[in-house]
Amino acid sequence: MAALLEGTEIKVGIAQWWVARGNTRIVTLGLGSCVGIALWEAGTRTGGLAHIMLPESANFPDRNNPGKFADTAIPLTFQEMVKTGARAGAIVAKIAGGAQMFNFTGKNGMLNIGQRNVEATKQALERLKIKLLAEHTGGNLGRTMILDVATGQVTIRTLGHPLIYL
Amino acid sequence: MSVPRAGLVPFDEIVHLVGNEEDLVACVDTRVTGPAPACVLFILQGDSAYYLVDMLLGRQSGETTEMGEMERSTLTEVGNILTGSFLAAFAQMTQLKFIPEVPALALDMLGAVLTTALISSGYFSEQVLVIETTLFNEHDSISGHFFLVPQEGALKTILKAVGLSS
Repeated sequence: MAALLEGTEIKVGIAQWWVARGNTRIVTLGLGSCVGIALWEAGTRTGGLAHIMLPESANFPDRNNPGKFADTAIPLTFQEMVKTGARAGAIVAKIAGGAQMFNFTGKNGMLNIGQRNVEATKQALERLKIKLLAEHTGGNLGRTMILDVATGQVTIRTLGHPLIYL
Repeated sequence: MSVPRAGLVPFDEIVHLVGNEEDLVACVDTRVTGPAPACVLFILQGDSAYYLVDMLLGRQSGETTEMGEMERSTLTEVGNILTGSFLAAFAQMTQLKFIPEVPALALDMLGAVLTTALISSGYFSEQVLVIETTLFNEHDSISGHFFLVPQEGALKTILKAVGLSS
């Protein structure tokens, strides 16, 4: 999914990703245990944003949408950016999300899904040799993530706290 | 409580059954064991949550401005009681036994809370079966939603119990 739009705001839903260039903002709303991955290349001012919900594709059934998993969505977003002219070696990343929204007292392995999403995201970035510049992950906060494609700045919006700039 | 609606809903759209991604909500997540394991989510809009806390703690309307330990435990208890009656009604209809576990509360963005609850209860597909009931009291301006999200296999048991499957 790619667009070379000017002066717009693009909304990325759950298990989706988007690549854009120019005077554009890419937004994903309400990240909980999901992780938002913003990729950016300064030379061409190309940006990509992926909203993943699960860590590795190999561990889950129903693999028809690669946008769902950290290990498949990140390479796809990266490749799309390179395809549209971004220099692979200059692409950097900022990530947000991976929260634990509920405080369960039980012993369910899936409950730490936020942390697992963050770990899988970092591994996927490492495999592609993408430098992680900043992150706002973990805790128990819902987050909205906005990538300004013109500047590479990432803004995190939460409820009841001031804006955070990455 | 309204008559329940049931259907297969795409992940992104479940949020819009209740409101917008960044709306403040209180969500009580109760795991249910028995012949048809499921997860019950009780979601209250933020203003309804504050209103309920005022009412239950004997405060003036609008007096509660912070959700501390006491307020959160009040909301969890409300969710617990209402989920109990929801399950009792559902048990009568299906003649199945539903055993609720200890509930957990999250108070944050609707998108973050709802997707995290669904993912951690084992929903990895883009579509989720939900049985939705709304709780609405015009006089007290309280509105809430229940979602019963059956685990894989449990749906069949439920449909069979109500005579909708051979």
